[in-house]
Amino acid sequence: MNNRLYGNLIFELSKEGRKGYSLPKNHFGSYEIPTSMRRSEEAQLPECDELTVVRHYTNLSNNNFGVDTGFYPLGSCTMKYNPKINEEMAALPQFQNLHPHQPSSTVKGALALVKLLEQSLCELTGLAHFTFKPYAGAHGELTGLMTIDSYHRSRGDIARKKVIVPDSAHGTNPASAAVCGLEIIEVKSLADGTVDFEDLQRIVAEQGTEISAMMMTNPNTLGLFETRIPEIAKLIHDCGGLMYYDGANLNPMLGACRPGDMGFDVMHINLHKTFSTPHGGGGPGAGPVGVREGLQEFFPVVSPYYGNFGVMMRAYAYILSLGREHIKEVGPLAVLNANYIKESLKDVYELPIDTICCHEFVFDGLKDKSTGVTTMDVAKRLLDYGYHAPTIYFPLLFHESLMIEPTENESKETLDGFIAVMRQIAEEAKTDPELVKTAPHTTPIGRVDDVLAAKHPITTYKQLVNDNN
Amino acid sequence: MFKFFPQTQEDLQEMLSRVGIDSIDALYAQIPESIRFRDEYKLPSEMSEMEVRDLFAKLGSQNQQLTCFAGYGVYDHYTPAVIPQLLQRSELLTSYTPYQAEISQGTLHYIFEYQSMMAELTGMDISNASMYDGTTATAEAMMMAVAAGKKQNKVLVSKTLNVDTRKVLDTYALHQGIELETIAEKDGVTNLEDLKEKLAAGGVAGVIVQQPNACGIIEDFTGFSDACHDNKALLIINSVAADLAVLKTPGEWGADIAVGDGQSLGIPMQFGGPYVGYMCCTEKLIRKMPGRIVGMTKDNREQRAFVLTLQAREQHIRRQKATSNICSNQSLMALFVTIYCSLMGKQGLKEAAQLSYAGAHYLCNKLLATGHFSLVYDKPFFNEFLVRYDGDIDELFSFYMMNGILPGVKMNDGSLLIAVTEKRTKEEIDRFIEALPLVKGVH
Repeated sequence: MNNRLYGNLIFELSKEGRKGYSLPKNHFGSYEIPTSMRRSEEAQLPECDELTVVRHYTNLSNNNFGVDTGFYPLGSCTMKYNPKINEEMAALPQFQNLHPHQPSSTVKGALALVKLLEQSLCELTGLAHFTFKPYAGAHGELTGLMTIDSYHRSRGDIARKKVIVPDSAHGTNPASAAVCGLEIIEVKSLADGTVDFEDLQRIVAEQGTEISAMMMTNPNTLGLFETRIPEIAKLIHDCGGLMYYDGANLNPMLGACRPGDMGFDVMHINLHKTFSTPHGGGGPGAGPVGVREGLQEFFPVVSPYYGNFGVMMRAYAYILSLGREHIKEVGPLAVLNANYIKESLKDVYELPIDTICCHEFVFDGLKDKSTGVTTMDVAKRLLDYGYHAPTIYFPLLFHESLMIEPTENESKETLDGFIAVMRQIAEEAKTDPELVKTAPHTTPIGRVDDVLAAKHPITTYKQLVNDNN
Repeated sequence: MFKFFPQTQEDLQEMLSRVGIDSIDALYAQIPESIRFRDEYKLPSEMSEMEVRDLFAKLGSQNQQLTCFAGYGVYDHYTPAVIPQLLQRSELLTSYTPYQAEISQGTLHYIFEYQSMMAELTGMDISNASMYDGTTATAEAMMMAVAAGKKQNKVLVSKTLNVDTRKVLDTYALHQGIELETIAEKDGVTNLEDLKEKLAAGGVAGVIVQQPNACGIIEDFTGFSDACHDNKALLIINSVAADLAVLKTPGEWGADIAVGDGQSLGIPMQFGGPYVGYMCCTEKLIRKMPGRIVGMTKDNREQRAFVLTLQAREQHIRRQKATSNICSNQSLMALFVTIYCSLMGKQGLKEAAQLSYAGAHYLCNKLLATGHFSLVYDKPFFNEFLVRYDGDIDELFSFYMMNGILPGVKMNDGSLLIAVTEKRTKEEIDRFIEALPLVKGVH
């Protein structure tokens, strides 16, 4: 990563008359698009030569931080290493050139891959069938809830329109339920962050006939395993609801416990988390949805073909590379890494729930609050030291949440380096709080004015030019 | 030891002792034994990189490589060599959503460029940071129209919309409780009279049409926007992105929301994805728009900077009251089309569109000249056209497939939808025609 801001926009490098492409000549004769159907003004796209374009995007990449750049302990995002072999496999022309409407007799290899991946995911989750149509985790949640909704409808059980969601859940859970036309009931968390079983019993007693499903992650967003999961599943099943597993936190369960065995009926998997496909700056991901036997007939059409097939190829390459021997080591190693960091820092950072965690854990800011240094400041100061920040201000259960997830791929040396820097920042907060509060200092840009961006939105180059004039 | 797991036995021992436990198994002591997984996974044994390559090569060899004349929403366009290489810049490839703006200016810059380019192509004011694909972007537009409306809960969808998109709309509408009604088709295009009647019946929040439509026809949307706006409905136009380099834009037709797939901007077909959906709209609707948006601002050193903005619309702040449950965009594919538009630029996109148009019309004329094909609709088309064959369509289709040509997409009624892009050479197109007399019965 280059800490000097590159800063150009491709439009600012454009010069009329330049070109960065070559196309064959027209050998077909003159067929002209009728004037009446043409746009009246040209799209103002850049005009650049090839090298200018290549340098521009290379320079932009140098102002960016990825897993390949350095440690990325972003809680709940599972920023594990994205193996290069996955990329090579996904780029194979024998798959890249397939049209999704090609007759199935000509795409046997691709269909076989879909089947093999499905079998692997079924084995790893304890569920019976998967659909690959969902393009992302949130899309998977929606798909899973639609599956559940259609199941209830098919039985004439049309009053089931409520979904129970823990108050600590990812924001997508309630949002997906709303898009599915369902109502949300929040169940409280106990002081240790797990579901308040008593509160759940009350909800079920009062509204059991209207419960469509309960959505949970396990381990939950605090990285804690919900030990009462068998009882929770039974309670929900007994009232006629189904259990939905948000696969965002599946990684620590590899080699330890399967959602199907926990009592879940429907789940999604974020292939871009647990199965090592790159996050790509926010996508493309893939959110295949798995179900218990009998529910597959309710899979909805949420996309036209086989989902993000290229992402699925990467995930399968990952599964093959690890094989049954190493997949079972993923969870334990990720969990050990997380606990190692937690134990090494809990004397200087506030650990509200002091217990063995799974793949991630949450600090509630610095232990010493007298300095006025916030979680935001700590996160920004980490950038100066060449680390990506943890997830901050989530979950909402604490005021100063700092959520750390190291994944199984990081060496002890990397963890030790991070621990030393976190301790250093805690020290700086006491000795030179201003230094931390004004961080970052060494990054290409400093802290940004979010209010200006939202108050006076400039979201295109045309607006930018007009604004300057 | 394994190549992705760096901890040595010594490391493990030290770490366990720091945690205060004596075995890795103790990390899971909280999991009830009744649900603990103690078996072996029934999965293949670990494979070396060479073995992984071999297996994928074997699977790949079971796919038939065909010269593609199929379209129906997915087109075999040319990909400049630069793009796959730049997409592997791992600072971009392996990064997360750019929440930490200070170390994510690369991602934020290109998304800003992407938004600018899509707004230019569609002739709309603004764009979001991209969506999953064209079908889900259309579904999001449908929900956006209903959310923006007062009490209207009905959305009208043209009969000429691609069935793949329609099925996704049906799914979302069913669960959202949105009433979908179909606007009739007349001679292959949306029937304006029927649209007006259905609008007059009231309760319509949005109207969805497609350009070029499912049969490849360029529709004339004159009068559509007035009819919609007179009835307080939003006009949503779904277009093939690449074609907008030359066609009249959704903005010029008076659309409120422009959506569609960006796959036509050079993205490989790869059996259906990943592609990228785009969504653009008028400035007035910006706070109703789903998905991420990048905006310009300044940092505390007075430098121009880019940042995710208007996040108060999104799920991680608003939870169930968000404009959508969308939590990501299709960022890397947005980068793909951004680089495509940078390389091809103002002229290249037009030239590619022109070549596709010329190739399609050349092939169409030659096919009609054989006397065995007729156009289903005598309407202007872009690079895709619907024909009827006077013989056995299944036989014709199989014949072409055996000769390495995917002749198009066979529709349910036995007609054939044929697409041509700039990637199809004159030789390939001539082969399509010359092979024809070899089909049994065509002489």
